[in-house]
Amino acid sequence: MSPKTLYDKIWDAHLAHEADDGTCLLYIDRHLVHEVTSPQAFEGLRMANRTVRAPDKTIAVPDHNVPTTPGREDPKNMTEDSAIQVAALDKNARDFGIHYYPVSDVRQGIVHIVGPEQGWTLPGMTVVCGDSHTATHGAFGALAHGIGTSEVEHVLATQTLIQSKSKNMKVEITGKLRPGVTAKDITLSVIGETGTAGGTGYVIEYCGEAIRDLSMEGRMTVCNMAIEGGARAGLIAPDEKTFEYVKGRPHAPKGAQWEAALAWWKTLFSDEDAHWDKVITIKGEDIAPVVTWGTSPEDVLPITADVPSADSFQGGKVGAAQRSLDYMGLTPGQKLSDIEIDTVFIGSCTNGRIEDLRAAAEILKGKKIAVKRAMVVPGSGLVRAQAEEEGLADIFIEAGFEWRLAGCSMCLAMNPDQLAPGERCAATSNRNFEGRQGRGGRTHLMSPAMAAAAAVTGKLTDVREMM
Amino acid sequence: MEKFEKLTGIAAPMPLVNIDTDMIIPKQFLKTIKRSGLGVNLFDEMRYDDDGKEIPDFVLNKPQYREAEILVAGDNFGCGSSREHAPWALKDFGIKSVISTSFADIFYNNCFKNGILPIVLPQEAVDVLMKDAEKGSNARMTIDLENQVVTSSDGESFSFDVDSFRKHCLMNGLDDIGLTLEKAASIDTFEQQAEQARPWV
Repeated sequence: MSPKTLYDKIWDAHLAHEADDGTCLLYIDRHLVHEVTSPQAFEGLRMANRTVRAPDKTIAVPDHNVPTTPGREDPKNMTEDSAIQVAALDKNARDFGIHYYPVSDVRQGIVHIVGPEQGWTLPGMTVVCGDSHTATHGAFGALAHGIGTSEVEHVLATQTLIQSKSKNMKVEITGKLRPGVTAKDITLSVIGETGTAGGTGYVIEYCGEAIRDLSMEGRMTVCNMAIEGGARAGLIAPDEKTFEYVKGRPHAPKGAQWEAALAWWKTLFSDEDAHWDKVITIKGEDIAPVVTWGTSPEDVLPITADVPSADSFQGGKVGAAQRSLDYMGLTPGQKLSDIEIDTVFIGSCTNGRIEDLRAAAEILKGKKIAVKRAMVVPGSGLVRAQAEEEGLADIFIEAGFEWRLAGCSMCLAMNPDQLAPGERCAATSNRNFEGRQGRGGRTHLMSPAMAAAAAVTGKLTDVREMM
Repeated sequence: MEKFEKLTGIAAPMPLVNIDTDMIIPKQFLKTIKRSGLGVNLFDEMRYDDDGKEIPDFVLNKPQYREAEILVAGDNFGCGSSREHAPWALKDFGIKSVISTSFADIFYNNCFKNGILPIVLPQEAVDVLMKDAEKGSNARMTIDLENQVVTSSDGESFSFDVDSFRKHCLMNGLDDIGLTLEKAASIDTFEQQAEQARPWV
């Protein structure tokens, strides 16, 4: 048998049909659904008199739109259009009999945090959701990617997706990370190296000692941003850490099924002489704590660097860089560590897990914020509860942070958590696009520890100086 | 779905790289539960000022491009979010094809589901078509899907690749779900086998 990559193995195990012209139907094990990209899909089912083929494999949770302030169970405390979308999801979940975590449920949260937390996401699965950050679930060795609403409807109706196979890319991070360097710095640095289109047409497998050393939370952060590098999905082969994380979760297999699952999961790795269409190797020790300076996630630099000039780029990027500098209000040659910050946002499917909150709290302990406002939005109700139990919430509140309820919040600013024009934010989220966090808002992406450091000093800060 | 066979129309030039889906349709317009009506907010933050007035310099506000049916854009068009609202907004405005050197994966897929043809061409070809688009409404490009050729207003032609299944669906206005349900027996068989092999799923 010819050697296979992990992606090849998962693909082969889910190929339900292959037409003569090579068009493939891939079977989908888990379909995650949220309120923003699903109403039109359910409407389509109704109009065609179709049902959800596998309701037991379909899980819904409202996250994008929901306020993160108390009293949100009452639709009167939501904007009218948000309340309509959440009510539509309530009704669709009920009518079609799919698993559902309503706003009032402590297990509610960002769909990509709830899936793994509840044990819905398991190694070797195919996982899709009408959200590009579905790549997160690749941390378990699951083939996971975002889809559009027409595809959501297609999966609801058929439990399959029409797909063509991507190419294989290996991204190896060798050796150890230096102190103060985190999973977020890895994933941003990879995008800085490949560009936001570097992964287009590929599924990336992240490997190497620095990846193995990461916790499951860190691995989710790395895979989450595979899409920001243009890849269809990011994968990390499952290992003992993965199995340990999954074991005992509400929807993880138990007893004899656990043993059977484990036996298969242990075969999920890329064979030694598997073919890679592209290989990128980065030394772990070469990665520094990074921030973004522009309006594309590829605009990444070590915190010790200066703001670049537009003419240091080539081709179409010259104009784009100038546009970014103007939008961000930055001057070439300015030290990144001199940039003053108005707001700090800690949360999102990239960095809203318990380990992220621990890392930020570690820096904030006994300190006060020097920014106008700072908020922590835990990724789920359960993350929030755990952080309260561990005393992290007290550290955030004493430092001057707002301690919010779970949701996507200021990562995409569909709910009331938004930046004002010109407001500059140190954010642990995943996109620094123009207007992403609010019209005219200026976003710098970084790790939770770096965001906490910026909160304390009021400017972009090298976290290593505070360790 | 509307069929796409041959199109002759005005092309608007957008020589910016990495035009993302937040630019194409900002999040405040995702709170709809319908597919239609998004065209007025296409490129909203680039197209209107803070008071909601049109910014005259923005390409689609210029008189010669208001009826554009084709966009010629910089690299990596449609990067970012999976929101199908992006192609819905393009479609609702009247854009039926986008030409670039590269597209983000999810956006590219989403176009085909909505009767929009994304065309990938080499940089040199996009440069020629960008210049052609800059001539304004007198310059009309022709896109012939059957023969997979784009022709500039000067008659310069460029061939493009497109997946044969997607081409077939686009040319015939076919609904994916209907086609897949024709293979329901294969899905049933696969599901039974998978349940044996991986009962924990």
